[in-house]
This record gives sequence, structure tokens and C-alpha cells, in this order.
Amino acid sequence: MDPYLALILVGFLPSEVWRWLGIVLGRGLDENAEIVLWVRAVATALIAGVVARIVVIPPGALAGVPLSVRLVALGGGFVAFLLIRRSAFAGVLAGEALLIAGALAFGA
Amino acid sequence: MAAEPERPPKTAPRALLDGLRAAFGSVLFYVLLGNYLGIGALAHEFGFSVVWMVLSTLLIWAAPAQLILISTLGTSTLIEVALAVTLSSVRFLPMVAALLPMLRAEGTRQRDLLLPMHLTAISVWVEGLRLVSTRPRPERVAFYNGLGMGLMFAAVVASAVGYHLAATLPPLLAAALLFFTPLAVLMVSARNSRTLLDALAFALGLAVWPAVAAMKLGLELMWTGLIAGSIAYAVHRVREATR
Amino acid sequence: MSAAMAEIGPYLALILVGFLPNEFWRVLGLVLVRGLDERSQIVVWVRAVATAMLAGVLAQLILASSGALAAVPVGVRIGAAVTGFLAFLVARRSVFAGVAAGIGAFLLGAYWLSH
Repeated sequence: MDPYLALILVGFLPSEVWRWLGIVLGRGLDENAEIVLWVRAVATALIAGVVARIVVIPPGALAGVPLSVRLVALGGGFVAFLLIRRSAFAGVLAGEALLIAGALAFGA
Repeated sequence: MAAEPERPPKTAPRALLDGLRAAFGSVLFYVLLGNYLGIGALAHEFGFSVVWMVLSTLLIWAAPAQLILISTLGTSTLIEVALAVTLSSVRFLPMVAALLPMLRAEGTRQRDLLLPMHLTAISVWVEGLRLVSTRPRPERVAFYNGLGMGLMFAAVVASAVGYHLAATLPPLLAAALLFFTPLAVLMVSARNSRTLLDALAFALGLAVWPAVAAMKLGLELMWTGLIAGSIAYAVHRVREATR
Repeated sequence: MSAAMAEIGPYLALILVGFLPNEFWRVLGLVLVRGLDERSQIVVWVRAVATAMLAGVLAQLILASSGALAAVPVGVRIGAAVTGFLAFLVARRSVFAGVAAGIGAFLLGAYWLSH
């Protein structure tokens, strides 16, 4: 298996890092509020990356729909969300409608 | 000590049942059904088995991590996937740390907290925070376990159904089902963005990913998260400083 | 980009890069709440598994070598590893002595056997 992965796994897990972590964490998370914010931003951005990835490099049946249709459906759904009292339900509905309409008109 | 007589705490199985009932009656039950319908479909289209999909729900119990696995495992090195999953799951640390002390009663052993720890996911945590304080302490662990298992049940069932739907629906409907997940993640993230930081991080993530992916350096999700997240954080700091 | 999952299978990948990095944060949350007990069963188990994995990786490196290392006979590789370890023990657990002796034995054996 991937040697770097193995190295990190087995290098990290059995070591004294456990004790060190316990001490550091024991001091509580409040002191590190800024770190918490940064980490949250990183995780959020990463999820956005996953969304972008699924839309731009889609699997199976979704790949049969032209990229432009997918992008317009995503964007259009978001606009609907903003316009309709920030309703996630409306956004999803609008996005799906745009996708299906676009797929019927332009592709697959 | 003439305190009002409280009802005696229920036995663990009864409290568990209460938790299950709370799960089935919760709005989040249906949200999970919808979410995992899409995720199950994605698993099928990316070539995983239904057993794998269900196992991933049971073992990982985190939609972002599962999405990362499903969409990148086939084409990325293990280290890339591990790094992305690690970054995406950091929030479990404060979630577990905040909630588990609420569950502890006299005589709770550390191993009794292992199941609640594993069952903690956003939906379980949100409902748990809300409901657990209404239960007497001795019942809380069992109740939370019931709540968590009930919600996990929704996800597991939806995973399998979504998987099957992707296999059997005509292409157009299957495409719509697959598209549901990115749509839902976008809308829910937007709705839950309480601050500029959240919204900016997400928007930048969408914008940065294509650039990073085009460079073909590898570790694209990790770099997307680090770059976009750090820029969003920097903007936040500048705004705070110039208030 | 290698599809590393093909090498180890989807289930092992699920556990290694799905379950572990994810559950890690939950466990850390539990640790934060309970305080760290070095003797707790979780920690003991994790350390045992990680040490076993390390041993496995080492064995793989020595026995199933690739590239230039494969040109050297397996007997030499094993012998060099054992020699290095013995030197480590003898020199009061000196890592430097072990590595030096191991490499020395390796080079000697490789040279000697090819002539």
C-alpha cells in the first residue's frame, strides 16, 4: 500500500503524540477560537470543492447532461434560493427543473 | 428535602425506545432520507457496491466524508483521500466534546460513551442537544443512542434505495437524482451560512477548485480547502481589524 | 495519479482512509471530555494495531523489494536487517549503531555475493 500513508499512520498513531494531545486539548478549545474559525473555513471550502467536482466531473447518468446545463441549473437553483426567502427547498426544486429542462432541450 | 417527587428514571431499553421515537418523529429524519437517497445514487454511479455504501454509512456516518470517498477514491491516491476526509471531519471534535458531558450520569463508564460518540453526526447532535436536556440524567445515554440509531436507520435505508434507483431509473431521472446532492449541499450550506466567513469560504471553494484541479498537482480537495478557506479567513480578520 | 484503491480493495480503503481519519476526531472529542488515560483500552489497542502495521510495512519492504533493492538476494536483505538489529541491542540500543551495522552488512553481502 501507499508507503507515505503507511508512514503517517504508523508514525503518528503509536507515538507520544497521544499524551501531548491530551495535555494540549485539556486546556480547552476557547483559547483557540481563531483556529476554530480557520478550520471551519477550510472544511467549508473543501465541501464546496466536492460540490464543484461532482458537477464538473460527474459520474454515470449525470455525465450525459451537457456541462453548461449543469452549471446553469446549479446557478439558477441558487438564484431561486435567494429570491424565494432563502428557501433550500425552492432552490433544489428550481435547480432540478432547470436540469431536466436543459437535458431535454440540449442533450443526453 | 421535600422536593417534588420525580418519576423514576426509565430503564435503558425504554429510554432507547423513546430515542427511536424521537428520531422517527423528527424533521431531520426526512432530511436524512433525502440526503442519503442522493448519496446512495452517487455510490452506484461511481461503481461501489451497495454493501460498501451501507457499510460506509454505518462506519463513517458523515455525509461530507462519504461524498469525498465516493467521488475521489477511484481516481486519487489514498493519502489524498485521507487528508481530505481528515480536514472535512474536524467539526466532530467540538461536537462530541460539547455533547457528551450532557450524557454522563453517575456510573457512566467511558466505554458507555463510545456508542454515543460514534453516533454523533450533525443531525443527531442538533436533535440531541435539544431533547436530551429534557430527560433525567440516567436515561440520557440510552435515549441518545436510540435517537442516533433511528436517524442512522433513515440514512441506511435511503442509501440502499437511492443506490437501487440509480440502477433502475431511466437516464434523465437518474441524472436528476445524482444532481440532487450537489444542489442540496449548496442550498443548505448557503442557508446555514451565519456569517460572511461561512459564505465566502463556500463561494471561494467553488471558484478555487477548478483552478487547483486544472493544475493537476494532486491533493486538489485539500489545497482547495486550505487556499480558499485561508483567503476567506484572511478577509474575515481584515474586516474584524478595520471595524 | 494511481488508483491506489485498486491495490488494497474498496473495503480496506473504506476503513483506512474513510473510517479512521473521520472517527479520529470523534475519539479526540471523547478524549477531551474524559481526559486522556494512557492505559485506556482504546489507546492500547490503537498502539498495538499501529505497531503491527509498521512491522508489516517493514516486512514488505524487506521481503518484497522492488527496483534496485530487488537485485540483492533476499537472504542478504534479511541477514542485514538481523545484523543491524543485533548491533542495536549490543550497542546499548543505539539506533545509529543499528543502522550503520545494517547498511554495512547489506553492502558487504551484496558485494561479496556478486563476485
